[in-house]
Amino acid sequence: MSQPIELQQDETFVLNVGPQHPATHGVLRVKMTMDGEYIYNAETVLGYIHRMHEKMAENRTYAQYMPNMGRLDYLSAMAFNHGYALVVERACTIEVPERAEYVRVITVELNRISSHLVWLGAYVLDLGGFTPLMYCFDDREQILDLLESVTGSRLTYCYFRFGGLYNDIDDAFISGTRSFITRMRKELKMYQKLVTGNIILMKRLQGHGLVDRDMCQRYGATGPVARGSGINYDVRRNEPYSIYDRFDFDVPVFHEGDSYARYLVRMEEIEQSLRIIEQALDQLPDGPVNPEKKPKVIKPPAGDYYAAVETARGNFGIRLVSDGTKNAYRLKLRSPTYSNMHLFDEACRGMLIADALAFMGSLDLVIPEIDR
Amino acid sequence: MSLTLFNVILAVVIAISFVGLNAAYLVWAERKGAGLFQRRPGPMENGLWGLLQPPIDGVKLMTKQLLIPGGVDKAVFITAPVLAMFPALVSFVTIPFSDNIIAHPIDVGVLLIFAFAALGSMSLLVAGWSSRNKYSMISSIRAVSQAVAYEIPLMITTITVVMISGSLNLTDIAARQLDGIWAWHIWPFQDDVGFNLLMPISFLVLFVCSVAETNRAPFDLGEAESELVAGFHTEYSSMGFGLFFMGEYANIVIGASLTTVLFLGGWSCPFGDLGFFPLTHNVGWFLLKIYLIIFVFIWIRWTFPRTTIYGLLNLSWKYLIPISLFNLLLTAALLKVF
Repeated sequence: MSQPIELQQDETFVLNVGPQHPATHGVLRVKMTMDGEYIYNAETVLGYIHRMHEKMAENRTYAQYMPNMGRLDYLSAMAFNHGYALVVERACTIEVPERAEYVRVITVELNRISSHLVWLGAYVLDLGGFTPLMYCFDDREQILDLLESVTGSRLTYCYFRFGGLYNDIDDAFISGTRSFITRMRKELKMYQKLVTGNIILMKRLQGHGLVDRDMCQRYGATGPVARGSGINYDVRRNEPYSIYDRFDFDVPVFHEGDSYARYLVRMEEIEQSLRIIEQALDQLPDGPVNPEKKPKVIKPPAGDYYAAVETARGNFGIRLVSDGTKNAYRLKLRSPTYSNMHLFDEACRGMLIADALAFMGSLDLVIPEIDR
Repeated sequence: MSLTLFNVILAVVIAISFVGLNAAYLVWAERKGAGLFQRRPGPMENGLWGLLQPPIDGVKLMTKQLLIPGGVDKAVFITAPVLAMFPALVSFVTIPFSDNIIAHPIDVGVLLIFAFAALGSMSLLVAGWSSRNKYSMISSIRAVSQAVAYEIPLMITTITVVMISGSLNLTDIAARQLDGIWAWHIWPFQDDVGFNLLMPISFLVLFVCSVAETNRAPFDLGEAESELVAGFHTEYSSMGFGLFFMGEYANIVIGASLTTVLFLGGWSCPFGDLGFFPLTHNVGWFLLKIYLIIFVFIWIRWTFPRTTIYGLLNLSWKYLIPISLFNLLLTAALLKVF
């Protein structure tokens, strides 16, 4: 089994996993020093798709920078839209109409589900099971179709505007979302049977990839990684933004800290997101989705602003320093997987390569968001 | 040309084309099967239901460049894929498709198949060793420890059947099971042996071992694509890769054939010989049985995630070998008693 063994550094070799490797899902490179199939240490190397997103913010107007938000975490773009819209609205004190807030929550939660579905499919693919990927993408397709009908794009959304939205939702979207909720609940039961209870999967995940509470805190891990290690923290509930305080939902927390706990957290989050969407659809008010008066040119007063949202992967914080011009003076993004990934080196020591890659998958890395 | 030579050439051509066609169309069946399990149609574009896909893939593979990476041991590198395909072809010689359709009846057919199966895993070692790639190296080490772990229970289970039937000749083993479905070795009611209730479990052991022996999911640790890129055939392109691929599918057919002959009565009709064509003992039943087993192989592959190497070795050394050894002892004792 994979209990820590005595590793000798003088008998190691270096295995270069990535930047093109099926398990790294993108262009992450991990330099693993190995003793046989055991990992002595693993150094993550970034920089292969660095695009200077933070610097770009200093050269673009606030509205021009919105599309960049879809290109950070391409699976959870809506939440990044939300974070950026929030910080600029806070800076300029723009009021958001009720309906727009509800539509924001609905689309963000739909996007969260689609992100978790991609993770589920890709993760089981990492473990060698190909079929769940197809099922997950089939379900995700429904979400993408719904979101495409209102946002115009399928992946890199640029849907939010300061104070509102690009487009209002229609009845077809609402009924489509309702039927999706029914469908997804049925599908979740199927995933329970096909994946969650699978003996091989349980053997591979339970007790493997242990991350304890202390390690999460030291590295600043958030999201499902922290919640799988017993940290009961979710920005949506602990620091409610938008209208999240109006909904009744649970924050799933597991204390085992293994890959299986993180798996269960995400599966449970899909159900909780469905609950939020259901409530939001029931309470959806009529009205405009854009404020009546909004500054023509966004020029936040000089100062320091911060907003945080819960993306599918954890706490996304965005700090904006404005000098009163139409470009930001400095924009700092705090993206969740950047912190989550750095756990990997410390936690994977002494693991077998197969377990380490299963562990890496359970962290749900999206490289463009780490390496921005 | 003498008649004997002509017969030999004919037999060789038939054997090779059977293996080749099977390999090609099993890939098609695999992809269609995957589609069936995954809410999608599978290959559809080339020919009716994509039936022309295998020959087109074959042409593509053959016309691609065989790239030999710098610094590899060239002779060994080229030998490895041939070594993967050759034992699979030779093993077909001893498979009795029916009482008279057999390339060459050999008294030690079982032994020959195991000897060549061992040679097959040798090819993985050689491929991984000569590729000069760390992933291939890890993969070939895995493949060998896997082969060692799974050939033992496979052989012990086979010896159990051989003890019951008293012959190493596959035709004889199958010919003992001709009296309908209850005479098959999978059931515990055998003449001379009394009620050996472990026989169905032995069948499962043999089945699991043949999945592992052919490097199929969930035991495809040798080519675990999310860990080791493509394992031992990472560096192979063109027909080098093609031969490994065909060898794998040929091995599946051999595994299924061996399972059929040892436990499922070979070419026997499950209702006994009723005297008119489809219900006599004939090659159709044999093919039906092996394709059913292959369907289960495909089904398993597209349902389960992959085990790990230690999970696999644990399964073999802690469960399969003790079970098969126990059944061997039990069968020996029962043989003595009855």
